[in-house]
Amino acid sequence: MGKTLFDKVWDRHVVSSEAGEPTVIYIDAHLIHEVTSPQAFAELRGRGLRVRRPEQTFATMDHAIPTRDIPLWPDDAQAQVGALRDNCGQFGITLWDIKGEVQGIVHVVAPEMGVTQPGMTIVCGDSHTSTHGAFGALAFGIGTSEVAHVLASQCLMQEKPKTFAINVEGRLAPGVTAKDIILSIIAKNGASGGVGHVFEYRGSTIRNLSMANRMTICNMSIEGGARAGMIAPDITTYEYMYGRPYAPTGKAWNDAVIEWSALATDDDAVFDRSLDIDAGALEPMVTYGTNPGMGVPVTGAVPQGADLEDEQQRRDLEAALDYMGLVQGQPMQGQHVDIVFIGSCTNSRLEDLREAAAIVKGRRVADHVEALVVPGSKAVKAAAEEEGLDRVFAEAGFQWRGAGCSMCLAMNDDKAGTGKYVASTSNRNFRGRQGPGSRSLLMSPIMAAAAAVEGQVVDVRGMLR
Amino acid sequence: MEKVDLIRARAVPLRADNVDTDQIIPARYLTAITTDGMGDGLFASWRYLDTGEPNPEFVLNNPEYKGAEILVAGANFGSGSSREHAVWALVQYGFKCVLAPSFGDIFYNNSLKNGFLPVVLPKEAIDALWEVLEDDPETQLWVDLRTQNVRMPDQQSLRFEIDPFRRDCLLQGLDDLGFLLAKEDQIVAFEAGRAQPAAA
Repeated sequence: MGKTLFDKVWDRHVVSSEAGEPTVIYIDAHLIHEVTSPQAFAELRGRGLRVRRPEQTFATMDHAIPTRDIPLWPDDAQAQVGALRDNCGQFGITLWDIKGEVQGIVHVVAPEMGVTQPGMTIVCGDSHTSTHGAFGALAFGIGTSEVAHVLASQCLMQEKPKTFAINVEGRLAPGVTAKDIILSIIAKNGASGGVGHVFEYRGSTIRNLSMANRMTICNMSIEGGARAGMIAPDITTYEYMYGRPYAPTGKAWNDAVIEWSALATDDDAVFDRSLDIDAGALEPMVTYGTNPGMGVPVTGAVPQGADLEDEQQRRDLEAALDYMGLVQGQPMQGQHVDIVFIGSCTNSRLEDLREAAAIVKGRRVADHVEALVVPGSKAVKAAAEEEGLDRVFAEAGFQWRGAGCSMCLAMNDDKAGTGKYVASTSNRNFRGRQGPGSRSLLMSPIMAAAAAVEGQVVDVRGMLR
Repeated sequence: MEKVDLIRARAVPLRADNVDTDQIIPARYLTAITTDGMGDGLFASWRYLDTGEPNPEFVLNNPEYKGAEILVAGANFGSGSSREHAVWALVQYGFKCVLAPSFGDIFYNNSLKNGFLPVVLPKEAIDALWEVLEDDPETQLWVDLRTQNVRMPDQQSLRFEIDPFRRDCLLQGLDDLGFLLAKEDQIVAFEAGRAQPAAA
């Protein structure tokens, strides 16, 4: 029987697999940031341990940092950033510091730098590490204890996950994006539908997507409950990677491409589960509730509790709508929006900003809306400015910020106020995620851009040019 | 790591599915560089009103459940963010165990690394427990890791599954890092047996 992409990557990283013990797998690249790493370094110090492979560990600052020039950072963010600098300095780890040229959201920067490569195992103390699966890497989020494990041993103990094929076939209609594919998958399969599994996104629709779009999809695998999401590497992957600072060069590049090209799932491989998605039937999506599975096409309405079979689901729907201030059966179009956030590791890459800018260009943000664009990295920001996107956004009334996680998780000063509706390109609509009491409506960058202009949820397909 | 063996305690019914780690501890409590002080942030948005006063509606603030050490929650508990702070907060608040129909993968893993026992029980059992605990907050549950049984209030025992290796680690209070460091020879052999990763 053939092997899946996941099987091939997994098998190549097994360090030890003995009866009665968890499998020990080797980690090729370890990404760290300021929020989930300090306690791991403390653990190392407490035990007198070294970082086993500092050259395979990369750090940046993204979660807690401000994205605008404010005279004084909050003490706690300063302390976290200071601890990261000290730890990287002491243990010899490459740090992409906010003071330098390279910095941004860890899941945007690592691919940009060519650290993310097909066939690798990649971990980070952040659940959206699944993003890197877009390159055919096995990439997943870990807790801080495991950050310490990887620092000290370059290994992790793992139970082997099951495999789950998500087959996406057909041509996307104009105005329907990668974000709509993944929101549709999660709406269909549920926020916990992938627990214990690794998704592999397959099919003609996926193969036709750019790397930015593939990263958007893999990024939200965790929102579908999956440990990781993967896409087989192909010419699109290699074109993206070629010439990036950490990508192999010369003969090593040629050898690597041959090796990477053998990673794709074999024709006779069998997945534990599968799901088929008809891309041609998809519409722009928007969420109405408090987990990413609570999403509907923008032309649809908030579901009716009476349509749900399970009593707990009805209660959860009622609780979610109570929090969101929405009512059953309410059409999504016309829903009021206070804030528009374009950013996050899901949708802050150059293409995302280009597409949003194309909607915004020559239009104005509605008077009552506060709108911000937070590029995923300094490189994205510079490239966008080179193209004049910053001016397009600024002229329309958007704030143009520095790189970071910002209002995706509201650890810094970018917080939506209580009761505010945020049209957001991020990944989580959890209660209070974007600030205490905030109400998130997840959508694609072009849908968010349209919402900014109209001041309400609208179908972006009416605004395409 | 503290050993886990028999947990005999009162329990709190938390009637909600998909309780994500942002609910267990909001991001604004993640600003520490140590693991201390997380208990204050546990379920902060539910536990406190905007004024900072305890929310009397929230089950943890119901004095009848004071001192409970077991949490009984809905499906997909601990989904979302990888923050281990969620487990630290539960442990520091005084919980030793959570029963639920299913868990977020990362949360489940993080729990095991902190001597905090996540137990998967069928949804019907959780529903039944919620009823019993709401009727009588004095109800004691027994969660026995050694025999992998939860003794229900009606004296029936429900067996739960847990990886045998994980169970032994919890029973003996062993942590994973020691296990991994003991694999040094195999790690060296693995590294020697393959070309260095291109990123190195």
